[in-house]
Amino acid sequence: MMTCLAAAVLAIAGWARVRSPYETEQGWVQHQPVPFSHKHHVADIGLDCRYCHAGVETSAEAGLPSTHVCMTCHSQLWTGADVLAPVRQSLASGQPLVWHRVSQLPDYVYFNHSIHVARGVACAECHGRIDKMALTFRAQPFEMQFCIDCHRDPAPHLGPPDRVTRMTPLGWSEADKRRYGERVMAAHRIDPKTLVNCGICHR
Amino acid sequence: MTDPAQQQAAAQRIAAIPTRFPAPMGWWVMFLFALCLLALFFVSVAVLFARGPGIWGNNIPVGWGFPISNYIWWLGIGHAGTLISAMLLLVGQQWRNSLNRFAEAMTLFAVMCAGLYPILHLGRPWRFYWMAPYPSTMGIWPQFRSPLTWDFFAVLTYLIVSVLFWYIGIVPDLAAARDRAEKRRWQIFFGLGALGWRGSAAHWHRWQQSYRLTAAIAVPLVVSVHSEISLLMAAGPVPGWVSTVFPPYFVLGAAFSGFAVVSMLTLWLRAMLKLGALVTPRHLNMLGILLLATGLMTAYGYLAEVFTAAWSGGREAETMWDRFVGPYAWSYWGAVVFNFVPLQALWWARVRTSPIALFLIGLSVAVGMWLERYMLLVSSLYRDWLESSEGLFRPTFWDWSLYAGTLGLFLTCFLLFIRFLPVISAFEVREEAQEALDG
Repeated sequence: MMTCLAAAVLAIAGWARVRSPYETEQGWVQHQPVPFSHKHHVADIGLDCRYCHAGVETSAEAGLPSTHVCMTCHSQLWTGADVLAPVRQSLASGQPLVWHRVSQLPDYVYFNHSIHVARGVACAECHGRIDKMALTFRAQPFEMQFCIDCHRDPAPHLGPPDRVTRMTPLGWSEADKRRYGERVMAAHRIDPKTLVNCGICHR
Repeated sequence: MTDPAQQQAAAQRIAAIPTRFPAPMGWWVMFLFALCLLALFFVSVAVLFARGPGIWGNNIPVGWGFPISNYIWWLGIGHAGTLISAMLLLVGQQWRNSLNRFAEAMTLFAVMCAGLYPILHLGRPWRFYWMAPYPSTMGIWPQFRSPLTWDFFAVLTYLIVSVLFWYIGIVPDLAAARDRAEKRRWQIFFGLGALGWRGSAAHWHRWQQSYRLTAAIAVPLVVSVHSEISLLMAAGPVPGWVSTVFPPYFVLGAAFSGFAVVSMLTLWLRAMLKLGALVTPRHLNMLGILLLATGLMTAYGYLAEVFTAAWSGGREAETMWDRFVGPYAWSYWGAVVFNFVPLQALWWARVRTSPIALFLIGLSVAVGMWLERYMLLVSSLYRDWLESSEGLFRPTFWDWSLYAGTLGLFLTCFLLFIRFLPVISAFEVREEAQEALDG
């Protein structure tokens, strides 16, 4: 009797733990060399994601900006600010800033940003409302369940490719989103059956 | 036939075996030997975990090699325990009472050894639970079309039912041992195991129901589990495997190898624990007959295989011919000779009741059936449809060491069992004797 109870408690605790932020780090902020605010740069200033993450349309990795990209503005603005001292040091020494990864996938997962962007999966689908994050945190659990839910039923997650970096919702009804997504799938022959093949992500 | 009164007295002694063990020296010698092999098991597994399955001879095209052929061998041995206990219980063969308890224990430990092999054979053994359909964060089911998943369900189901059947059977004897124990620690040990058994009529009634019900579940499992194992092979498009005779051939081969090992264990325990009054020449005779019968049925499987291959022609016939004369011919002819030649001596009752002869024949069959599993697996895999993908399989030191290690695991568990628990079902022997006295 006690054994059964203990086993049940353990099972439930295990079930809850692997879904909790302790395991997924969802909502956790990583320490960074500079307290970069996406809220400020995206919402207040209106920078496009691709200004800094320039590889997102053409390669697997979205990429992080080089110090020179930061300096396009910060050679003129806030040139003496203490928080930006590591950026100036980086420029002077030629050593890039060491940013800490926020959204991490295991090394046995093959993920390619460019195809997702090209088909109109908005940045916010996976990275959340970056425009509201003063400090950047992981918006989604990034477990296999999260990936495969979308691969099984991509239609509601597909939007117009020219608006992928837009953070505010499109304002479409659920039915419209699905109708649009299904047309995208038909046009590009996106078949959920092939999207859930093991080899799509585990190559 | 032994005198019932004498038998009853012997039954009294069984419950006292753990507390007053009759053969401490022999047991310790065997136990030390078993522990050495067990240590080898742990070393082999540690090396495997550190360096991966590359330490074995397995490689494409023979990706299965020792782990899977030994898995089939161990599981087959396990089946005899269930057949002796459950099937003979259901058909009312009371002579089984002297054999069933340790035959069931043999099943448990053999299934443990068998179940470890597919897990160790995984590239990442620590992820073995991915085969279970638990609510994971991956959002997918296990691949039900994969033989690996079939193995998982087959072994797990079989293990659970075997444990249940063995445990339900032993409960009344644990209670007897509890009541007989003089030292406090033995009383607590057996008392916990006996689950508050008092031997009331209601207890016996429930016990009868559950025991027979579990037996009725266990017997079909022998057939389904080993058929599943045969389908690992027969479901694949590999020459030498695609044959409808495989499921019965495997089930009978399993029973055959299992009865061989049961005979060996019977004779060993009989000699070591001096159980001559309980395990009589009649039992040896019955074991000999069972061995001969299942052996001949297995021989039929061999013939059917040759016939199927000759009838199919083409690659099937080539593979069969390759088994006769190819690089693995030694395993084919070894299997034929070890399985069926000494077996013919069992036609004579004098051989069946001779402990030494029966033991040696059992040993020969265990070896022969091991060769058969090896032959079936390797001789088909090493040479399939493409000449370019041919490649010989050679076991390495770590293949052999892990195999010897599982023998150690089996022996250690079995020796602990005979040391600490009643090896023969005392109450069933007593019941049988009482019925004989009552006429």
